[in-house]
Amino acid sequence: MTAIVSTTAPTRSWRLTARGYERLISIASPIVLLLVWELAARTGAVDVRFFPAPSSIFEKLVALLSSGELMRHTLTSLGRLGWGVLLGGVPALILGIMMGLNRVFRAIVEPLVAALYPIPKSSIVPLALLIFGLGEGSKIFMVAVGVFFPVIINTTTGVLEINKIYLDVGKNFEANRWSTFRTIALPGALPFIMTGVRLGIGMGLVLIAVAEMIGAKSGLGFMIWNAWEIFAVEQMYVGLFVIALIGVALTVILQELERVIIPWKTA
Amino acid sequence: MAKLHELPGKPAIRIRELVKQFGDFIAVDTLSIDIMNGEFFVIVGPSGCGKTTLLRILAGLETASGGQIEVVASQLSDRPVNRMVFQGDSIFPWMTVWDNIAYGLRMRGASAKKITEVVGHYLDRTGLTKFAKAYPHQLSGGMKQRVSIARAFANDPQILLMDEPFSALDAQNKVLLQEELLKIWEEHKKTVVFITHSVEEAVLLADRIMIMSAQPGRAKAIIPVPLPRPRDYMELQKTSAYGDLVHRIWSSLREEVQRARQQSDGGAT
Repeated sequence: MTAIVSTTAPTRSWRLTARGYERLISIASPIVLLLVWELAARTGAVDVRFFPAPSSIFEKLVALLSSGELMRHTLTSLGRLGWGVLLGGVPALILGIMMGLNRVFRAIVEPLVAALYPIPKSSIVPLALLIFGLGEGSKIFMVAVGVFFPVIINTTTGVLEINKIYLDVGKNFEANRWSTFRTIALPGALPFIMTGVRLGIGMGLVLIAVAEMIGAKSGLGFMIWNAWEIFAVEQMYVGLFVIALIGVALTVILQELERVIIPWKTA
Repeated sequence: MAKLHELPGKPAIRIRELVKQFGDFIAVDTLSIDIMNGEFFVIVGPSGCGKTTLLRILAGLETASGGQIEVVASQLSDRPVNRMVFQGDSIFPWMTVWDNIAYGLRMRGASAKKITEVVGHYLDRTGLTKFAKAYPHQLSGGMKQRVSIARAFANDPQILLMDEPFSALDAQNKVLLQEELLKIWEEHKKTVVFITHSVEEAVLLADRIMIMSAQPGRAKAIIPVPLPRPRDYMELQKTSAYGDLVHRIWSSLREEVQRARQQSDGGAT
C-alpha cells in the first residue's frame, strides 16, 4: 500500500494519507457501534435483558473490579492457562523435535497424533472431570490438551522444513545429539514453533472457558456461567469482555516475544 | 583408470578402489588416489560425475559401498580430521556471524578465551570484523561464503573439504575470495580437497587436478600444476603455461561433458 503523496504543500498538513484514513475508520467503527448499541438500549429498540447498555456493563465492570471478584476470577483463569500451556507445550515441543529428527520415532508417534487430533477437544471435558475430578487438575489438563496438538504438529513440521544442509553441517562439525537439538533443530524450527504456540494458546483460552463452565467454582468461565444461572447479564458481558481482552493481550505479547527470540527473522 | 602419481611427502588421504552405489547407480567407481599432506587438490568433472559424493564420503556424511579410505593425518594430532565448506548457503541463519564462526570450536568444547581469540583472528582475516554481530540475512552472498570458510578454518582441521564454494558468486567476488583463500591456505598449508566446475579456478588454486569421468565416476586424469606460488590471478592469465594448462584440462573435460550429455539423452536424467 502506498501513501498518497500530495503535490501541493499546503494541503499536506490536513489531508490524511490512505493508511491514516483506514486507521481512523478502524478506530471509529467500534465506537460508533457502541454508541448505536447504547442508544438502542436506552430507547428500547433492543431488549436490555439480552443486550444491556454498554454503560451498564461498564458500571458492572467497575463494581466487579472494586470488589476484587473480577481480579480473582481473572487470575485463577490465567493461572490455569499458564500451567496448561507449560504442561502441554513443553512435552509437545520436545516430542515434536524428536519426531522431526528421528524417522522411527515419527513413525511411532505420528499415527497417534493424527488419530487423536480430530477429536473436538471440548468433548473430552467429561473425561477430564472423570479422571482429574472437579479440582484444578481437570482445567489445567484441558488447556494442556488444547496447547499440545498445535505445538507438536507445528514443531514437527518446523524441524522437517529445516534445510538438510544445516544437519550436515552439524554432523561434519561433530555436534552430538543434544547439540544438534539445541543449536539446529530448536532454533531452525522456532518460527513454526511460535505459530504453534500462538494457535495453542488460542485453543487453550477456548477450552479454559468451557472447562470452567462445568464443575468449577472460580475463573472467568465460571463467572460467565454463574451469570447465566443468576441472570446477571451485565456480569456475563464483563466476563466475555475480559476473555476477549486476554486473547488480544496474549497475541500482542507473543508477537513482541517473537521479535525478541527470533531476531534473524526481522529482515 | 589413471596411474597413481607418487608425490614426495606423506599422503594425508589414501583412497583405494573406492566404490559408491545408490541402488543400481554407480556414483563412484573403483577410484584410487593419494592426496598429499598440505596439498591443494582440486577435482573437476561434469555434473553428476560423483565429485560431491566423493567429498561427502571424505566428510563422513556418506558411507562408501566398497574400497578403503585411510586418513593418515588423523593419527597425528587432536585437531579435527576434516571440516567442509558446503556448496550454497550453509551458515546458520539463526546465528550471528560471530556465533557461526565459533560453532565448531564450541562443539569441540574449546575454552571461551580460545574461541574469542580464534574467531577474532578469522573475522579479521576475512574482513568481517564489522559484521560480527550481523545475522546472515543482512550479508551479501560473498560475505556469507566468507563466513562459511572462516567457520571451517577456525576449527583448524587437518583436511579442508570445499564443495564448489564460490560457484554462486559473481566473477569479481569470486576472484577476490579465491585470492583470500590462497593467502589463508599459504599461511597454514592445510590439505585441501576442492571441487569446482571451473577449469580456470582449478588451475589458479591447485597443486594437482583430478579430472573425473562421468557415470560411473572414475579418475580420468591427474594433472600436476607446476605454476609457481604465490599465484596472482591477473599475472597468471598473461603466462602461456597457464593458458596451456587450461586448454589441456578443458579438452580432456570436454570429452567427459559430451559423454555425460549423450548418456543423459539416452534416458537417464
